[in-house]
Amino acid sequence: MATPPPPTQPEADAALASTTGPGSDSQLVPAVPARFEDPGLPEHRLRRTDTDPRAAKRAERTVSLLFGLAMLAGVGFVVAYFAIRITDPTSAIRSTQFTGLALAVMLLCIGFGAVHWAKQLMPDHEQIEQRHRVASTPLEQQQAGQILSQGAVEVGLPRRKLLWGSLVGALATLPVVGAVPLWGLKTHNRNQTPAQALSHTVWRSGMRLLKEADKTPIKPSDLSLHEVVHVIPQVTTAQGHLRPDVDANAVNSHHELTLNELAKAVVLLMRIPPGDLKEPAERKNWSVEGIVAYSKICTHVGCPIALYEKTTSHLLCPCHQSTFDAADQCKVVFGPANRPLPQLPITVDAQGYLIAQSDFTEPVGPSFPERG
Amino acid sequence: MTTTRTPASAAGRYVDARLGVARLAKVALRKVFPDHWSFMLGEIALYSFVVLLITGTFLTFFFNPSMTEVVYNGSYVPLKGIPMSEAMNSTMNISFDVRGGLLMRQIHHWAALMFLAAIAVHMMRVFFTGAFRKPREFNWIIGVNLFILGILEGFAGYSLPDDLLSGNGLRIAEGITRSIPVIGSYASFLLFGGEFPGSDFIPRLYIVHVLLIPGVILALITAHLIMVVFHKHTQYPGPGRTNSNVVGYPLMPVYLAKAGGFFFLVFGVLALLGAFVSINPIWNYGPYHPSPVSAGSQPDWYMAFLDGALRLMPGWETHLFGWTISWNVFVPAAVFPGILFTALMFYPFIEAWISGDRREHHLADRPRNQPTRTGLGVAGITLYALLMIAGGNDVLATLFHLSINAMTQTLRVLVFVVPVFAFWLTRRLCLGLQRRDRETVLRGSESGTIIQTPSGEFVEIHTPTTPQRAFALASHDSPAPLELPAAQDPRGVRRPGSRALARLRARLSHFYFADALTPATPAEVAAVVHHHDEPTPLPVGDNPQPSTKA
Repeated sequence: MATPPPPTQPEADAALASTTGPGSDSQLVPAVPARFEDPGLPEHRLRRTDTDPRAAKRAERTVSLLFGLAMLAGVGFVVAYFAIRITDPTSAIRSTQFTGLALAVMLLCIGFGAVHWAKQLMPDHEQIEQRHRVASTPLEQQQAGQILSQGAVEVGLPRRKLLWGSLVGALATLPVVGAVPLWGLKTHNRNQTPAQALSHTVWRSGMRLLKEADKTPIKPSDLSLHEVVHVIPQVTTAQGHLRPDVDANAVNSHHELTLNELAKAVVLLMRIPPGDLKEPAERKNWSVEGIVAYSKICTHVGCPIALYEKTTSHLLCPCHQSTFDAADQCKVVFGPANRPLPQLPITVDAQGYLIAQSDFTEPVGPSFPERG
Repeated sequence: MTTTRTPASAAGRYVDARLGVARLAKVALRKVFPDHWSFMLGEIALYSFVVLLITGTFLTFFFNPSMTEVVYNGSYVPLKGIPMSEAMNSTMNISFDVRGGLLMRQIHHWAALMFLAAIAVHMMRVFFTGAFRKPREFNWIIGVNLFILGILEGFAGYSLPDDLLSGNGLRIAEGITRSIPVIGSYASFLLFGGEFPGSDFIPRLYIVHVLLIPGVILALITAHLIMVVFHKHTQYPGPGRTNSNVVGYPLMPVYLAKAGGFFFLVFGVLALLGAFVSINPIWNYGPYHPSPVSAGSQPDWYMAFLDGALRLMPGWETHLFGWTISWNVFVPAAVFPGILFTALMFYPFIEAWISGDRREHHLADRPRNQPTRTGLGVAGITLYALLMIAGGNDVLATLFHLSINAMTQTLRVLVFVVPVFAFWLTRRLCLGLQRRDRETVLRGSESGTIIQTPSGEFVEIHTPTTPQRAFALASHDSPAPLELPAAQDPRGVRRPGSRALARLRARLSHFYFADALTPATPAEVAAVVHHHDEPTPLPVGDNPQPSTKA
């Protein structure tokens, strides 16, 4: 490939942008060209290993030593693999470190050896290869064009419009047939539209609020001022049976909520100082003694909201810092969320435990197009 | 031709008789590659990908991509008896009960970070040196797509263990999917098989992660490399290195040894990281559960810019006729990256249109010689960096005791202001460097030796510039801005095409190239020498005249 392009293709050179100017000013000032002339490749400089046989021998020994070390490290890897028994995380990490070190030493020795060999001992004369024009020759382009246009004529491209139109139509239908079976990807919630499924949670009227930590019911007196409790719904009776008003599909065989149900049903319960709490008239009876319950799922993109700031009664989502005012209907006070956190209307039952009055009155979690 | 009958030559003849490979080998093995450290960046990406394939295959032998709930009973005591998905359980077993498992997992994760980092830096190199210009535009597009696919592949990969961190990441992805106008909820239900989290997603993500995306990446890498061989590599300008040749070392043996050795070096560094630097310790996070979340959690670095964009966007939504459009999610998570990557993909064509340059380019630009392009690139990197900072705003606010709200609000302004400033500053710096190059060619470089002339004047001796250096510094061409062509051609016929478009093109071209300096010419050097009426050394007079503007 180190041959110059054939002289029969002068356009090949002309197509490549020339960096040295044509020197059009040379008639005016014959001594000074328009651009600096290419002085050519600098003179090749010999390496120590080219001139001194002892240096070359030394380089050879270094490379061989590195390859030898790689071999030893390989043996070390096998030894480390079998010698370190994994019984607990500490030994697993020790095994990782020793086998990893041996592997790294082996790989690095091979790598350094090969590069050192190339740099010190392999020929380092720079070679020049001419570039060829990327485009085909005009003749080739013409020939290819002829074959294409002849082929088009042979299949009747301009004339047989009906034939081609119907073929294009048939092929255009194909992606539809390919895409439609993807509808089957929706394997659950078959009898519901997404909007229907997203609009309800497992919360029902009369369902007790349980502390998520120990699954016990909560009395208003359990909550001190500004105390926050992570809450899940109680879906079983006192005897551990599934309550009749709970959708049996929503819970697993242990009568516990599935992750799917929990993903919408988790609630934050907190007691707001009576003077701070701002409630509109229609929500006046949604709280109990200043205790309010809000969905824990952020209305931005659905992270669980975890941080509560006592001095301001603000709830902060740790993912993208949307901030909600728990004292004022969990309205957004900062960050990328748009909607307030949905409130769960609560009251107390005959035994004095906190219960839900109903499900959430609006969908929880991030917005979706049909959300309205 | 001598007929040597070694076993190797016999084997070669055997294969050649069936595949005719000698013809190819003759050309390919002596193929010349230019030598420069910045040409190794793409290699790092390639070798990281090979490491990903090797370690990833090992991991598939032990990983079970199922969301079925099991109770953990492995050797990590704090999680014993805790229910978790089979995916998390098998990842725990890979980490603590399979020998070499944790090493492979950690090398795999480090290699993924390295893969994307190397692609990003390689892309910067190609951008700033103009190596995307004709005839390499298609290869640039392939490269941008490899970056996008790499991001998706990485996200899919770190979501598979189904731990608390990645589960919350998936929940964010679900929230983003819901924000697609009109079809959002359906798109989410199709992806997850129903409501989040469901039981379908991890198995689906698994096949996407181990087959679909790697298959496409592999095909694109193959095409990418074939094009590199076909176009021959670009090279930096210098004596003997022109637009119509390649100067370097042949594949056989030098590059085979160097590149092959470099693969082992990259793998070796990744093995060191995997052995000693803990990454994604899922046992600290625990299994996914919808209620808890860890504060200060961060995605892998390549997702941070999108996370930052999500954090900075104000909470805008439109509620119209019973429909919701979530600008607060859809714009930063979908529209913004869409515009960013589309602009990146089409940049070579945009620049070619603005410059009107239709020539082939095989010499790398020095970034200073393209001030506007370099400025745009730095502005882009600045924006990306600011969004990454925004992605860690909570961590930074805690670290530096700043108000998170003030920080977010400041960043909302800075993402618009700082890139513009970075563009302006970079362009000025490039023009300044161009001036210095001209000065160096015209007057040589400062030697530090000051002499006193008999008349009492002090002058510094300037070391004259060698012809080699002058050629390297002043052989580039400086494109002139396109002028707006007259509305009618000389015969009074109206030119075809949109007039407004032509005007836009001329203005952009002016914006791009009007300030560019022309490189020094031998005539100018002669003039300087003549002006001072001294041959060499070339002293700088007491009032150094500014170099002439183009």
